[in-house]
Amino acid sequence: MVELLQDKDRIFTNLFGHHSPGLEAAKQRGAWNGTKDILEQGRHWIIDQMKASGLRGRGGAGFPTGLKWSFMPQEVGARPHYLVVNADESEPGTCKDREIMRHDPHLLIEGCMIASFAMQAHACYIYLRGEYVTERLALEKAVKEAYEAKLIGEKNTNGWPFHVYIHHGAGAYICGEETALLESLEGKKGQPRLKPPFPANAGLYGCPTTVNNVESIAVAGTILRRGAEWFSSFGRERNVGTKIFSISGHVNNPCNVEEAMSIPMKTLIETHAGGVRGGWDNLKAVIPGGSSVSLLPKDICDDVLMDFDALSAHKSGLGTAAVIVMDKSTDVVKAIARISYFYRHESCGQCTPCREGTGWMWRVLTRMAAGESTIEEIDMLLDVAGQVEGHTICALGDAAAWPVQGLIRHFRHEIEERINNYREGKPVFVSQSVAAE
Amino acid sequence: MSVRRLAKEQPDSFAFKKKSEDEIKFWLGKYPEEKKASAVIPMLWIAQKQESWVSEPAIREIASRLDMPYIRVYEVATFYTMFNLAPVGEHLVQVCGTTPCMLRGSDELIKICKNRIGKQHEISEDGKFTWVEVECMGACANAPMIQLANGEGDHYIEDLDAEKFEKLLDDLAAGNKVEYGPQSERNASEPHGTSVLSDPSLYDGSKAKKIKLPNTEKAEG
Repeated sequence: MVELLQDKDRIFTNLFGHHSPGLEAAKQRGAWNGTKDILEQGRHWIIDQMKASGLRGRGGAGFPTGLKWSFMPQEVGARPHYLVVNADESEPGTCKDREIMRHDPHLLIEGCMIASFAMQAHACYIYLRGEYVTERLALEKAVKEAYEAKLIGEKNTNGWPFHVYIHHGAGAYICGEETALLESLEGKKGQPRLKPPFPANAGLYGCPTTVNNVESIAVAGTILRRGAEWFSSFGRERNVGTKIFSISGHVNNPCNVEEAMSIPMKTLIETHAGGVRGGWDNLKAVIPGGSSVSLLPKDICDDVLMDFDALSAHKSGLGTAAVIVMDKSTDVVKAIARISYFYRHESCGQCTPCREGTGWMWRVLTRMAAGESTIEEIDMLLDVAGQVEGHTICALGDAAAWPVQGLIRHFRHEIEERINNYREGKPVFVSQSVAAE
Repeated sequence: MSVRRLAKEQPDSFAFKKKSEDEIKFWLGKYPEEKKASAVIPMLWIAQKQESWVSEPAIREIASRLDMPYIRVYEVATFYTMFNLAPVGEHLVQVCGTTPCMLRGSDELIKICKNRIGKQHEISEDGKFTWVEVECMGACANAPMIQLANGEGDHYIEDLDAEKFEKLLDDLAAGNKVEYGPQSERNASEPHGTSVLSDPSLYDGSKAKKIKLPNTEKAEG
């Protein structure tokens, strides 16, 4: 029997927006409680606690957050330090940071203060995707409340001069890549920078900068209040903590929910999302961590755990923990072709393998979905995906290649069948079941 | 990569109105003076909110305000897909077509748009609508969904289906008020009928009581 996360251990207690996002209500729920005490413990204590908590970045890559904070220069030189919060939530399937920003914004702002203090930054920019207009206005309102209550600002009751600025983009997935985000924040096209130099040395305006995901920052206050060992008591070793899962696609009740890491995928879907449409046996495949990771067929989904290690063991990944469920009515080739279209649309065009490869993969997959290709082209597609992967400045090239590789790894037989059917004049795709209501 | 060009027909001039000027002041206050180019996206957005699209004279005006070469602002305006480079109808209907929405029926919404409004990016005959298929808008647990941009601002309309969407377009065409957010019984993206987050002790103020921090000498001593 799997132990589910209890309400008392949930960090985002207003995730569903059933209560006020305002400052007073947020304080009642525990935000800004003891922030000054936390800062008084000093930045080394904060970073040590964050390291001990085992928190790994919640934006997709899963890099240990405390360790990332420790990479900032120990002494502030001539250049100021910056914290930049990545709220450019755009990975298809992912819709968790949105709920934090519009419903629990004070946890985020408090986290910004704590993280900035730990990295000796006096200013923080929160970069929201342009589409999140409602979320931006909600966040601006919360920032204003925090200033008025003197929780933040040049002179504030927490004792660390600190400013939060809300910034926004205008519809470019690539700006979720940290260096592209910095370029965009500086007023340029969002094209990723070569690393090194890493942002901790030369980030925003050439100054030492750390870029963190919204969820990674927003959990900091609660982790420090309740203790590193509390947070690390959930999930398996190296995969600890609580996590917001976004469940979409063919489930009865798509939702966002905070659960313990390492929860079995099946339990997650059946407990919180009302199960797969038409029952678990009607499941075809799941993309477990946002569109960039490989999909998994049902037999793996039956018992796989939702954490970094378990999913990467199956050549997939936890990514942003965005679970996209596909039942047996799904045309899985078309579903992945649509993801390829997404990457083609969102490639920034800077690196040739990605600029050309994403369009090429989409065109071939579109033909394959219709059965109008040859069997040999399947291996050619794999070959091209392999040439895009690892040959670009940023990970968008990899992200475009992985879903295609996953499709061929698990559903090659379906593509072949389609090609054969097409040649024999049979229907190329017949839905395996009628979708439930 | 999306290739985007400025519209062939351009107005002779562009000027920010008073309301826009106030907003520009607010945004410029966020960045160091010598880094004011950071405000380029917000300023293009303000121009778009004023005119419903971004024209060439607007790009020139923003370039001169931010001491940026014209071509740099042009580059930004054409790179970011939320900037309308040509006029749009009174209601801009942006339908998410990416896989999570596709799995829940965004194809049907797109079909309705084609039937009722016409070709993507073009203004409908009555001037009321323009529609575009956009990429994932980050509301996947409320799929399928659209973002509606009009004089009232920018709003997500979620948990749609063909019938609800037809009704929405009817209401917009008739000038009726429409509801934003989920078009279901949900408040946001919560699981339907959930018991999650129902523990009253989370909300009774007990979490606001003074605490002793764990793992500190003070707390242990």
